[in-house]
Amino acid sequence: MSSTAEITARCQALFEDLNFSAARAWKAKAPGRKVIGFLPVYVPLEMIHAAGCLPLGIFGGGDQMEVIHGDAYYQSYICRIPRSTIELGVTGRLDFVDGMIFPFVCDVIRNLSGIWKMMFPNVWSKFFDTPQNFDPSIGGTYYVQELQELREGLETLTGRKISDDDIRRSIKLYNENRRLVREVYAFRAREPWRAPTSEVYLLMRAGLMMEVEEHNQMLRDYLDAAAREDRPKRDNVRVAIYGSFCEQPPLNLIKSVEMAGCYVVEDDYALVNRFLTEDVPTDGDPLEALALAYLKYSVETSCKYVPKEEDKGRFHVEAVRKCGAEGVIYATPSFCDPALLDRPMITHRLADAGIPYIAFKYAENSGQMQPIREQAGTFADSLKLWS
Amino acid sequence: MSEVIKEKSMLLQKEMIAKNYDAITSKHETGRKVSSTFVPGNLNELLMCFGIVNNLPEINAIQNGMRKVSGNYIMEAEKHGHSEDVCTYVKADIGMMGKGNIAPNGKPFPDPDVLLLSYTGCYTFMKWFELLREQYKCPTLMLHVPYEGDGHSTKNMRDYIVKQLKEVIIPGLEQVSGVKFDIDRLREYLKNSAKAEDGLVWCLEQGKIKPSPIDAYFGGVYYIGPMFTAFRGTPESIVYYDELMKEVQARIDNKQGPVTPDGTPFNDQKYRLVVEGPPNWTNFREFWKMFYDEGAVVVASSYTKVGGMYDLGFRHDPDNPLESLADYCLGCYTNRNLPTRVDILAKYVEEYEADGLLINSIKSCNSFSAGQLMIMKEVEKRTGKPGAFVESDLVDPRYFSAANIKNRLESYFQMIEQKRRGTGKAA
Repeated sequence: MSSTAEITARCQALFEDLNFSAARAWKAKAPGRKVIGFLPVYVPLEMIHAAGCLPLGIFGGGDQMEVIHGDAYYQSYICRIPRSTIELGVTGRLDFVDGMIFPFVCDVIRNLSGIWKMMFPNVWSKFFDTPQNFDPSIGGTYYVQELQELREGLETLTGRKISDDDIRRSIKLYNENRRLVREVYAFRAREPWRAPTSEVYLLMRAGLMMEVEEHNQMLRDYLDAAAREDRPKRDNVRVAIYGSFCEQPPLNLIKSVEMAGCYVVEDDYALVNRFLTEDVPTDGDPLEALALAYLKYSVETSCKYVPKEEDKGRFHVEAVRKCGAEGVIYATPSFCDPALLDRPMITHRLADAGIPYIAFKYAENSGQMQPIREQAGTFADSLKLWS
Repeated sequence: MSEVIKEKSMLLQKEMIAKNYDAITSKHETGRKVSSTFVPGNLNELLMCFGIVNNLPEINAIQNGMRKVSGNYIMEAEKHGHSEDVCTYVKADIGMMGKGNIAPNGKPFPDPDVLLLSYTGCYTFMKWFELLREQYKCPTLMLHVPYEGDGHSTKNMRDYIVKQLKEVIIPGLEQVSGVKFDIDRLREYLKNSAKAEDGLVWCLEQGKIKPSPIDAYFGGVYYIGPMFTAFRGTPESIVYYDELMKEVQARIDNKQGPVTPDGTPFNDQKYRLVVEGPPNWTNFREFWKMFYDEGAVVVASSYTKVGGMYDLGFRHDPDNPLESLADYCLGCYTNRNLPTRVDILAKYVEEYEADGLLINSIKSCNSFSAGQLMIMKEVEKRTGKPGAFVESDLVDPRYFSAANIKNRLESYFQMIEQKRRGTGKAA
């Protein structure tokens, strides 16, 4: 039986390893294995898994990697994740990756897909454009065909057919993964002192670098261990964090918010494993099932259009209420168009609902945590005193 | 600065624009409906089928930039929580609302009846109209145009757009306008479009001549005006391009260059450039002057393709009206992937016999800007011609540093000279 500390230590080692040794080892275990990198925010990982490949989350270089080459590709006013992703590529850290999927997030990630095609012409790469029309007969029809093209691309890369049953099996495993992830989130919302966000975050990030079956077991082990262990309950406030769905904050920032007196009970970090909020059906056409789940049961995030004005921000308000957060920290990467353009609208809705919030910006390599601690600490104090 | 000298085509265009602003601001008197929409993926012919007047917030922001009022609008928006990091077109538009929403004709803009969110080639469009929708509470019709990530469109993308046109956009516009859709009316407008498109392409392609009778960037923004805004599909746009063609032909006949804002033909052309990226609007004349003062003429540009890549052969097709609108949207410049943009720019450098590629990198516009350094390196590698990079913004005067840009341009021209000496011949 592992302790939370042991599980977290393993996750942290995976998280910090920018040579991706575990994924390299997975690939080396059997001939013909392929690794497919994917960027935030959402990719149907079931498709990669069904192709017999390992989906590998590429979430930038964090705060431990010096970016030298990557800066030569981007102007100063562009966020950091594309430059550190390029740095990972040009320094050979991704030389074992056979394919890359760039899902729709914003124009920067979109254009990075083209840069990748030019820089790494031997790597299969795909820009994956999910629909912004949510009518099953319009956006759904389009999306099913896009999934079919993704399937064909993976088939060409691996040289093996992906059957409907392969996809159904993968959906089943990812349904289990999403259920367990939701359980961890619900556990944290109930008893945040037993599942600090700095641990939960690592647990989720590690899951994007290993086989889903292994991550499912890890999630079960963590839930068991967290429920078993006694930890002191602090006089912290409960907050939700939004705006951090693409470029990730440094781990120190996540810790700093907690140290400043906040229990994070809801967040949109590394959203891919919570993007679909319900189980995907495992009967019928699996591509239609994935498409419908995306259209009907996916989170509201800044890279998705919200068709009705009255629904804008509703997801956030409902999630805040559901997890019992007392306030919201809208923490966005600098120069993040999606989060920053959305910020006024989301914060208006929070204000209308009487939910206090603060906002700040970060970069994945932000080093100075004192201002963050001060802001989060002041927010926590104000919630305690006046909320 | 002295008064700008305008040619007949420019005066014609000025009249057309003024008439359109009057149509927008008089909607309460005329009962006409007004739509806001975007330049890339602009469905002007479709709006005309419903008698809806087309208002383009990007163009309003440009007008405000050129009239030097955008800076205040941007600060107004920032005061209300809009980030300093995001697109200044959006902030100029929202700030203008906060300052009374006055149109260039001095009258207040009425609220739009519909936001036609033609979502083509720019992420910010989606958020921009979500932000406007929050203010106006009016119907918003989203047309999602998938990005050509693999360098080409697919049948699935085209079918998706046509289906949205049939089942979302057209019924939505019928509801807003109370006018039934008539596909034959659309065909008539598309015929006009195709004719005007021939005229525009002819003019832009004259940049291949030496001396170039056009400036395909600073002059180019005038040439594309009617095509990219509220006039594509109208008989007036055909008249405009006929007039423009006459003017360009006259300059070819007289071996003259384009007319600069001070009214003199720019004949002493030392450098021929291809320019990538939108211009700066707050210091437009000053920026242009830096080029012609040094003898640099722009012979081709990507910005003049942002509202459609007609020079690659696309024409609106009255025989396939909706499919043709879909193809048009898919093919706009910023909806094409980076390798395709490199192909296009390298082809321009070669076909227009340019000395190199200059990139004006715009802080506000990630759709254009993200990846431009890679584009520059690739085009240099393919053509063997030097590239250069300057930075400014669309309508935020805080990001226009004249001395910096001038220095870089001067260095670039020296680099071209050195390259010429190295190869022993002029381009």
